[in-house]
Amino acid sequence: MAGWTTCTGTALLLPLDNIDTDQLIPARFMSAPRSQGYGSYLLHDLRRDANSELLADFPLNQHDGVRILVAGRNFGSGSSREAAVYTLVDAGITAVIAPSFGDIFSSNAVNNGLLPARIGADAAATLYRLLENGPTEISIDLATGRLHCGTTELRFDLQDSWRTKLINGWDDIDLTLQHAEAIRDYAKTRHSTAPWAWPTTAN
Amino acid sequence: MSGALTLLDRLWAMHEILLREDGTSLLWVDRHLVHEGSHHAFAKLKDRGAQVAQPALTFGIVDHYAPTRNRGTEMAPDIARMIKTLTLNAEAHGIRLFDLFDPAQGIVHVVGPEQGLTLPGLLINCGDSHTSTHGALGALAFGIGATEVAHVLATQTIWQKKPAAMRITVEGDLGPGVSAKDIALHWIAKLGVGGAQGHAVEYAGSTIRGLSIEGRMTLCNLSIEGGARFGMVAPDDTTFAYLNGRPFAPKGADWDMACAAWAELRTDPDARFDRDVNIQAADIAPTVTWGTSPEQAVPVDADIPDPATLHSGKASAALAALDYMGLSAGKPIAGTPVDQVFIGSCTNGRIEDLRAACAVLAGRKTKVPGIVSPGSALIKAQAEQEGLDRIFTDAGLEWVASGCSMCVGMNGDLVAPGKRCASSTNRNFQGRQGRGARTHLMSPAMVAAAAVTGQITDVRPLLQGRAA
Repeated sequence: MAGWTTCTGTALLLPLDNIDTDQLIPARFMSAPRSQGYGSYLLHDLRRDANSELLADFPLNQHDGVRILVAGRNFGSGSSREAAVYTLVDAGITAVIAPSFGDIFSSNAVNNGLLPARIGADAAATLYRLLENGPTEISIDLATGRLHCGTTELRFDLQDSWRTKLINGWDDIDLTLQHAEAIRDYAKTRHSTAPWAWPTTAN
Repeated sequence: MSGALTLLDRLWAMHEILLREDGTSLLWVDRHLVHEGSHHAFAKLKDRGAQVAQPALTFGIVDHYAPTRNRGTEMAPDIARMIKTLTLNAEAHGIRLFDLFDPAQGIVHVVGPEQGLTLPGLLINCGDSHTSTHGALGALAFGIGATEVAHVLATQTIWQKKPAAMRITVEGDLGPGVSAKDIALHWIAKLGVGGAQGHAVEYAGSTIRGLSIEGRMTLCNLSIEGGARFGMVAPDDTTFAYLNGRPFAPKGADWDMACAAWAELRTDPDARFDRDVNIQAADIAPTVTWGTSPEQAVPVDADIPDPATLHSGKASAALAALDYMGLSAGKPIAGTPVDQVFIGSCTNGRIEDLRAACAVLAGRKTKVPGIVSPGSALIKAQAEQEGLDRIFTDAGLEWVASGCSMCVGMNGDLVAPGKRCASSTNRNFQGRQGRGARTHLMSPAMVAAAAVTGQITDVRPLLQGRAA
């Protein structure tokens, strides 16, 4: 996964609360291998009719090249399905800006280089106003935790560990394997002090 | 460690291998449960040429795509491929798999506790948000995404920032016809779906102590619907009695040692929580959702709220939900006609849930069709031994095999567009049970009441004179 520090791109307002994982990707698409690309599943049942044709009046269908979504509270709540993040990433989205996010969604997002930028209620109201007449360019700086929309500067919240990870594009497995000895030592101690924590093998 | 500790503090400390400067812990994973949906993670492992670090601590279960009818006959190609992929991955990595024909097959969050794979003091991960269920036994259990599943497979560890601690204390006796499901829907309606975001919830108080393990699982299961990745209950004698003799639970000297260790897993009386919420059991009525978010719930004897009267930030979502659900504000929720019912899922597919539904259904006929899918094959067998299957079928419902079924619809058990389903499941999201499906969440007893009357109904009068 490649890291990034700044992102400038077209931001689209999707002023809906509770855009949950089942809306981001309906369950019926989740058996597809990732290599097929998940972009076309993004918000499938909101964006498309029963024949999978794009609905002309859905905002995301009216604009190309959207890189940033600005949404309502509780974005990505629900399921742990990482496929919800794949739909965004594969559709070219780099950041979602919202007042709150589902906890598991946020972890999954950061693991795929997608920024879940949390903004306060006042900042959200400002941003909604700036975007209500159509897509506008926003630039995001992970290092400073600030975003710019025209002359307006706003702060966003992000856990420090997630900031570092997004910037460095770290692979957790590589990082963890550097601690192999500590893990081995822990497992040995746990096995001797809590043998009951291992499943009985009679089965 | 010094000072007063919470259950979360104790469980966290037991599993912490190291703490990074940025506040993220590397935690040991005692049990890793995988299912068909874990295919992305196995693919990532393959891409790296990595192996499963601890196959003996990893268990596979076929549930999300499990057909509930005509099992063994030809399956839809997509479903067959998903199940085959899990089977091949389990074989390749030496993982014990509860496959479609295993006598203990079922939903991962039902099978784990039932088999004694879930124990107090364990850290349990699964690529499913309802992994919080296992916290009912005093485990540190949380759902993870595919990248994290791959990480656990490869290292048996997970990086995680310790959440804030929240306690929900429920005191007093629940009224007749009120269950753990109602406690959950009640607190989520009260605090909102983001109410516990960033927190681990410990459930405490006399009401919780009085709940069976099944009830505690329902409550912990739904923690994620209130935003909490973790739910937990301190283990007690009820927990130990539930686990004793389960197939994978410790035996002999290990059992005694385990019970001694588990007895220490509690919150100190003077421990502080980042958030404390108190609820009186007497204030909780049978509760039902009217919208498309679990927080959009009301007591069954209340009216569908007028969006204009809601908190300003919630009005537009409520309007959209009413439109999707085809409902009008200000009308009583009771009396809303339903087209079908579903009883099952990791939330409410356990034996106690089936018994609660049967207490309503016995000797009655249903006005609408529906299916009943027990949470595991063992629960199905037990229910059949108790004659519950006959009560369901005599009433007019279909008795099918175990799996996630109509809760998530991956196996083809779907609600048709525009149809309204009274459901014992966990999510009333738009399209959750099928495109355009309208879901009302409620307890199994309330689902049974809706089946009997063909509309959303207060179960309490239907239970009068019956042993609930």
